Amino acid sequence: MVEGIPSIWRKIPNRYRLEGNVCETCETAYFPPRVVCPKCRRKGKLVKKRFSGNGKIYSFTKVYTPPTGLELDAPYHLAIIELSEGPKILGQIVESDDKKVKIGAQVKMVFRKMKEDGNAGLIHYGYKFKVID
Amino acid sequence: MIGIVSYGAYIPKYRIKTEKIAEVWGEDSDRITKGLGIIEKSVPNVDEDASTLAVEAARIALKRADIDPQEIDAIFVGSESHPYAVKPTSTIVAEAIGATPHMTAADLEFACKAGTAGIQICLGLVKSGMARYGVAIGSDTSQGRPGDALEYSASAGAGAYIIGQKNLVAEINGTYSFTTDTPDFWRRPGQDYPSHGGRFTGEPAYFKHVGSAARGMMERMNTSIEDYDYFVFHQPNAKFPLRLAKKMGIPKEKVTPGLLTPYIGNTYSGAIMVALSNVLDQAKPGARILVSSFGSGAGSDAFDITVTDRIEEVRNRGTKVKEFIDNKEYLSYGKYVKHRRKLKM
Ligand SMILES: [Zn+2]
Repeated sequence: MVEGIPSIWRKIPNRYRLEGNVCETCETAYFPPRVVCPKCRRKGKLVKKRFSGNGKIYSFTKVYTPPTGLELDAPYHLAIIELSEGPKILGQIVESDDKKVKIGAQVKMVFRKMKEDGNAGLIHYGYKFKVID
Repeated sequence: MIGIVSYGAYIPKYRIKTEKIAEVWGEDSDRITKGLGIIEKSVPNVDEDASTLAVEAARIALKRADIDPQEIDAIFVGSESHPYAVKPTSTIVAEAIGATPHMTAADLEFACKAGTAGIQICLGLVKSGMARYGVAIGSDTSQGRPGDALEYSASAGAGAYIIGQKNLVAEINGTYSFTTDTPDFWRRPGQDYPSHGGRFTGEPAYFKHVGSAARGMMERMNTSIEDYDYFVFHQPNAKFPLRLAKKMGIPKEKVTPGLLTPYIGNTYSGAIMVALSNVLDQAKPGARILVSSFGSGAGSDAFDITVTDRIEEVRNRGTKVKEFIDNKEYLSYGKYVKHRRKLKM
C-alpha cells in the first residue's frame, strides 16, 4: 500500500532525526511523539526531544518475505529497539550478521532508505539500526 | 580567518574486487588491476543512495564540531547521482541534521567536482557575512555500464565540510579554479549510464585542468612544491594522480596519503572530499595541503590549506576514513548486481 504524502511528510522529523517528545512533569520520553502524556494527562507538559539513536535490541525476528518496496532488502532483521532514553521502537537492522543480532546487543541509528514507491514515486528515508561491533 | 570548522567522510561497507568484475567479462584481471591501480571498489547497500551517504558524512562532521545545527545557514550537496531528477538532496540532509528551516540549500552538479564547488560557494557566503556556517558535501553512488571500463572504478562515498570563521581545524588560505568546455564525459537525460571520450579523458581533460589549477594556485600564493606536505588530486583511478605528480615533480609520498582509489574506487563527487578527510585524519598541526579537484566537462578547483592545532582535539570524535576502509565485506558479482539494482524486478 502506498502511504499518503501528508502522512510521510508529517513523519519527516521523527524518521529523519528521531524527534519524539518528553513530558517535563514525569520525565517520560515518547517516540513517536504523543499529543498528551498518558501518565499525567492535563498536568503533563510535552516538549520536543531528539533521541541519540543509541539503544539495544529488545526483541527481533528475521524477515524472508518482505512487503512491497523492500524486496531487495530481504532477508533482513526487524527488531524492537529500546532507545537509551527509554522508548521502544520498531526498526530494521542493517549490515549485522546473524551472530551479532542478539537480544541486548548495542545498536546505533543509521540513515537509510526505508522504502520506495516504485520507480516514479517518493523515496521514504529514515532510521534503521546497526549493531555496534 | 576562514576555513574548515569540521569534516566527515562516509564509505559504504561493501566491496567488490576488480578481479570479480573482470572474470565476468572475460578480461585479464591482472592487466586491469595494474592498469587502473584499483584492487577493489566500494558498493552501496540496497538501501543507500547519495542522500543517505551525504547525511552520514554530515553527521560525522557535526560530531567533530562544537556547533548547533541551527547555526548552519547554507547546505550544498554536489553529486551526479542525486536520487531524484527533480527534488533536492540538500533538503533531505538539512532536515536529517536538524538545520532547517531558517537556511538556504541547493544541489550542485559538476561531475566529480560538485563538492569542491560547494566549498567555494560556502567560502563566499561565510566571508560576506551571509552565512555563519555553510556545509558543502560531495556524495555519489556512481554507476558504470556493465562491461564498460567505468564499471571497475565507479563506486560510492561522501565527504562533508563545515565552513566557518571560528574554531577552525584547517585554514583555507586561498582557492583558484581552472575551467573550460571540454567534452570528456557526459550523461544525457534518461540515460542510466554515462558516456566518455576514452583516452580523451586524460591529457586534454584531467591532466590539463588538475595540473593548471594546482600550478595556478601555487603562482597566486607564491609557493612551490616544497611548501606543501600533502597534495590531494582527483582520483578517477590510481594512475592519473601519480602520473600528474611525477610530471610536476612532486614526491610520491606527498600524494599517497590522499590517494584512496586502490581501496575504494572512484567515488566521483565524494572522491576529493574523502581523500582530503583521510589527510586531515593524519596531518599534524601546521601541515600545508594543496588540493586540486576535477570535474569532467571540465574544471578543477584548487585550495591551499593549513591544518591548525585544533585538529588533534576533534579528529577522534568521528569515525576515520581508515576505519571505513578497513571495515568491509566482499560481494560476489551476483550480489553486486543486486546491490546496484542493475537487476530489473
Ligand atoms: Zn507525564
